[in-house]
Amino acid sequence: MVAGDEDILAVEGLSLSFGGAVAFAEIDLSVAAGEIHAIIGPNGAGKSSLINAITGLYAPQAGRLRIGDARFARVPARRLAELGVARTFQNLALFKSLSVVENVLSGLANVQRAGLTAQLLGLSAARREATEHRARAESVIDFLQLGMFRGRAAGSLPYGLQKRVELARALVANPRLLLLDEPMAGMSAAEKAEMSGFVLAAREMLGTAIVLIEHDIGVVMRLSDRITVLDHGRRIATGTPHEIQANPAVIAAYLGAEDDPENEAKAA
Amino acid sequence: MATALPVTSAQPRRAGAAGILLLLAIAYGLVPLVGTSYLFEAILTPFLALALAGLGLNLLTGYAGLLSLGSAAFMAVGAYAAFNLSLRLPGLPLPATILLAGLIAASAGVIAGLPALRLRGFYLAVSTLAVQFFVAWALNRIGWLSNDSPSGIIDAPRLVIAGLSFDDARGRYLFSLTIVALLTVLAWRLVRSPTGRNLVAIRDHETAARIVGVKVARTKLLAFALSSFIVGIAGVLWAFAYLRTVEPAGFNLDRSFQILFIVIIGGLGTLRGAFLGAGFMVVLPLLLSRLGTALLGDGFDTGTLEMVQRIVLGTLIVAVLIREPAGLAALLDRAFRRLSPRS
Repeated sequence: MVAGDEDILAVEGLSLSFGGAVAFAEIDLSVAAGEIHAIIGPNGAGKSSLINAITGLYAPQAGRLRIGDARFARVPARRLAELGVARTFQNLALFKSLSVVENVLSGLANVQRAGLTAQLLGLSAARREATEHRARAESVIDFLQLGMFRGRAAGSLPYGLQKRVELARALVANPRLLLLDEPMAGMSAAEKAEMSGFVLAAREMLGTAIVLIEHDIGVVMRLSDRITVLDHGRRIATGTPHEIQANPAVIAAYLGAEDDPENEAKAA
Repeated sequence: MATALPVTSAQPRRAGAAGILLLLAIAYGLVPLVGTSYLFEAILTPFLALALAGLGLNLLTGYAGLLSLGSAAFMAVGAYAAFNLSLRLPGLPLPATILLAGLIAASAGVIAGLPALRLRGFYLAVSTLAVQFFVAWALNRIGWLSNDSPSGIIDAPRLVIAGLSFDDARGRYLFSLTIVALLTVLAWRLVRSPTGRNLVAIRDHETAARIVGVKVARTKLLAFALSSFIVGIAGVLWAFAYLRTVEPAGFNLDRSFQILFIVIIGGLGTLRGAFLGAGFMVVLPLLLSRLGTALLGDGFDTGTLEMVQRIVLGTLIVAVLIREPAGLAALLDRAFRRLSPRS
């Protein structure tokens, strides 16, 4: 599992603990350009913590990260967008009082160039940029079929739509790496199928590499090129969906957690 | 479906623009003709100054979500800066004096905003409270700022622009109105710009804002600067156009709270909220005083008035916050929606 140069993300020996509690330890992970890489594991396996460490919200104690050509011990969160990384959150993190369009537009905050004076005076540079950004936002809104909600305050939308707005905000910047933390949690089967379609289409259209945390093993098997399995903060396996299904360590981990919904893994 | 939406969203905007033009026409055309100097001096000029201060604070607290209890301090910085500029640079035209005073208040705002990079909510409010006390202390201690006037009270300079005097009651009203109108346009442009969107993004979810590339620290300081610029100029109006004197007592903590109440009652995160709240704050005491005199006759002295005023105001703030946390602006919106027929 040597990280290749074409990998967009390489995580080497990353460890994080809170006080004495280990969130994850010595994690290696590599994500190739355009790959959909799922991270699965029982609750508390460290999946979300790993994504939060990759996006600079948590400071890992050991290990290294590479995003594109940039190497870090800790990723500065404020530079993420500039590095071409976007993410969604397990618990929604929308700008609730802003409209859907404004939320999507805010995904372009990093490429705003017109200065405040140009914005206030409505200089042509600011107007041209506003028109261009609006067009980009509208095309993502059309793509995710959010058109009829574009003027609504994001916080007033039902949960599933809010998840979709968050995806739109992440996609509008054409990221080369997109991290989705349970984008389908709490969705109905129909909504999951729809969301899966959007994730695949986003990869198709933008060539975005996607790191996906998801509990629904059926969805994971259908979407992923590769899967990494975490258990108690350790990586126990990485491989294609086929390899993962046959991996004894993975089966043991999932059989061990009997009251966990991921028991479907052995059936899948 | 997608084509129907812009039509419905453009209609209120056009109606809103028409309403604003009508208000401006009344404010510039009708009011100066029919108004008495009592109306100008006791109601409209303080209303405009307070509304402007509310507008400035609303950018910071309503839009960017940064709570400040130091508004009066920034008003004082603006007023004293304008006083000192006109005293020490006598050749400076008044508009330049006011602009510079605003910029000085903005710099003070940036310094006061530095703790906002680390603190938020209640803790930030306490740090702005420190600014409030520091400014009051500095104005009382440093004689140079008040030109060594023994009481700290100084007369405001005359309001003259290019030979035109705005010193009478109507002139001071028109002077204030023009400044407030200009700065309101500026604020309106701001909240609809990408920068305005960034302010709200930081308020609604700071982490998400940082992740999408909003420069959080810079935007917070910018919010302090823009807010203090406007609040500082409101201070100039308060001192130069309304009180006609400049004194530290006019900018005490009570004033900071008054402006915060204006914003809360009027509606956080709306521009018209500042005007509604300020109107409420200025008109309420007058109404209560009239009402009290009518009911109690001479027994209703200023002491009683002040007490009643505080009780009623306090009750109303609580009532508004419970019934309509989004303030008078939201209340008015609902009333309009009920009145206007919808297809």
